[in-house]
Amino acid sequence: MESNEKVLIKGNYAIAQAAVNAGLQCYFGYPITPQTEIGEYLSGVMPELGKAYVCAESELAAINMVLGAVSTGVRAMTTSSSCAVALMQEALSYACGDELPVVLVNVMRAGPGLGYIYPAQGDYNQSVYGGGNGDYKIIVLAPSTVQECIDYTYRAFYLAQKYRNPVILLADGLLGQMMEPASFGENPYPEVDVSSWALTGAKSREGRAIYSVGPDEKKQIQHIYNLFEKFELIKKNETSYEEFNIEDADIILTAFGSMTRNIKAAMTVLRDKGLKVGCFRPVTLSPFPYERISNLAKLGKKFVVVEMNMGQMFKDVRYAVNGKSEVSLINRPCGEWLSVEEIVSAVENIYKKGACYATSI
Amino acid sequence: MQQVFSIPKCMKKDFRYTFCPGCDHGVAVRLVAELIDEMELQEKAICSTCVGCSVFLYNFLDIDCVEAPHGRACASATGVKRAQPDKFVFTYQGDGDFASIGLAESMHSALRGENFSAICINNTTYGMTGGQMGPTSLMGQKTTTSPNGRNADYYGYPIKIAEQIALCDGTAFSARVSLDTIPNMVKAKQAIKKAFEVQQKGLGFGFVEILSSCPTNWKMTPEEAHKRVREEMIPVFPLGVFKDITASGGNK
Amino acid sequence: MSLIKINNSRCKSCYLCVSTCPKGLIKKSDKTNRLGDYLVEFDDKNNECIGCAMCAKRCPDLAIEVYKEMTNK
Repeated sequence: MESNEKVLIKGNYAIAQAAVNAGLQCYFGYPITPQTEIGEYLSGVMPELGKAYVCAESELAAINMVLGAVSTGVRAMTTSSSCAVALMQEALSYACGDELPVVLVNVMRAGPGLGYIYPAQGDYNQSVYGGGNGDYKIIVLAPSTVQECIDYTYRAFYLAQKYRNPVILLADGLLGQMMEPASFGENPYPEVDVSSWALTGAKSREGRAIYSVGPDEKKQIQHIYNLFEKFELIKKNETSYEEFNIEDADIILTAFGSMTRNIKAAMTVLRDKGLKVGCFRPVTLSPFPYERISNLAKLGKKFVVVEMNMGQMFKDVRYAVNGKSEVSLINRPCGEWLSVEEIVSAVENIYKKGACYATSI
Repeated sequence: MQQVFSIPKCMKKDFRYTFCPGCDHGVAVRLVAELIDEMELQEKAICSTCVGCSVFLYNFLDIDCVEAPHGRACASATGVKRAQPDKFVFTYQGDGDFASIGLAESMHSALRGENFSAICINNTTYGMTGGQMGPTSLMGQKTTTSPNGRNADYYGYPIKIAEQIALCDGTAFSARVSLDTIPNMVKAKQAIKKAFEVQQKGLGFGFVEILSSCPTNWKMTPEEAHKRVREEMIPVFPLGVFKDITASGGNK
Repeated sequence: MSLIKINNSRCKSCYLCVSTCPKGLIKKSDKTNRLGDYLVEFDDKNNECIGCAMCAKRCPDLAIEVYKEMTNK
């Protein structure tokens, strides 16, 4: 499936096929709702293409299989959901330390704990800040449409290898289960040369070791500085966001992932009512567009963060705004997506009464 | 004069083992290295290393190595082998890594018949952290976390790894060997060779459990430690081949 | 005639070679390593070493090299 023709496709299938188009060589996975279709789809496609597909015994095993596979220079991924992604945090920390291009798709469900399969955005912190040990940073891409599920999957594989850093594609149950017209096009990113580090056997060269720890303190310290220098480069090159009607806006609705859809609709309604509302949507949750938000705040623009969690991105927006203007939160922890009407009325209230925090509609 | 014993070629120049004096790990690594030389595997070998006493294996062997989190060496090796079926892939793990925290990964690799080789050092304790009770600690064994000795009521029983792995249908070869004497070392090398060969032939999971001494944590001289291997470990963990699908008559 | 060479920088003074040599040709030395442990030395005044390499195989730290006079039979 590689053409500009539009097809009606479910988010999960779109991610799976986009991964294949991006050159996925190995898939390792364990079932969990609401992302199971990705593994089901690939279980048919991968063997036909002569590529590897393993039903892993656990998410722990799955992500570590990815670790092993990508260390040899091929493209590999695992897909999972919230409470099972929690199990993978150790390996993500290793992957950052080892500088391995792991690609992980998290189709979020509700937590904490087992939670349920309601859509939610409660894994912002888990993805952006991570649950693993040590100082590390992951690249996090948050799609808001099925088309973006495809586009960002291409980008995820490219960025992972380009920077030798794990990438999380942070989707949610809504996107995973939703059908939308989208086209696969062609993977727009070039091949990445991995020959300088990939493990392919010590032929005509010394043995290579990929590891994160050293008994040499100076080396270990330098290693972490190097990782963070690399992330500065990622920040410079890859920080991306979308904005709409920002110029004259005095309130900017901010959301990530599929909640972006509703803030855009709410913006249109509010504009029709004569309110100067704009939209800002980080595409990369990590690196987060702090600088852009900070600059907009300095112009006096107020921010309203809309998200399906208890205010996780809200904290980052507040950090970026840094007291230069007001930041409000419209949220619900999980379940039914905040509707356009709910957002509109909450914003109207903010216009009347000023900033509100953790409204939890 | 001809040199009849020298350091294997695939070992790094100026390597220095980080093992304690008298530890059998050193011998086990040498046997693996000798086979990599003899079977001409250096250029195609990729090792998935573990966490524990052998964590720095990549500093000893001049081959490609990838670090796996504690217990996940078999999962990581699965990934490596599935991505590069033509390479020679093996793990070198301790009993805590292979049979405690990583038991699921190890056993499922065997059940899937993953085509790589796994070496597991059984020294009845967690060596690197200072001698705590492990999955293979013997009944009555005193460790820092079983100060009055392991008893069944309180701590349960040790695992017989080679037998368990032999029960998995995807296992091509499973054996238990020891390094307490020179003749046993010869047998150990034969077994590791077999575990490597079944991978070369694409027959499935090759496994060798190596009974090993830990003089430091057993608080014994290296010689006393070997005596313990003979007198206390081997009666509980009998040496032998528990499965070899290449043996005449098949699934032996 | 055969002989062994002991690499003192590798030796960790475990003394497994001392008890392994079938001819008893390896003994504790007066010299110490950097940790202060007594090293071992090869003492073969009567050319008894047969080059069996058991000491080298037993040595966990690969500190022993073995050389053997090859005779054509």
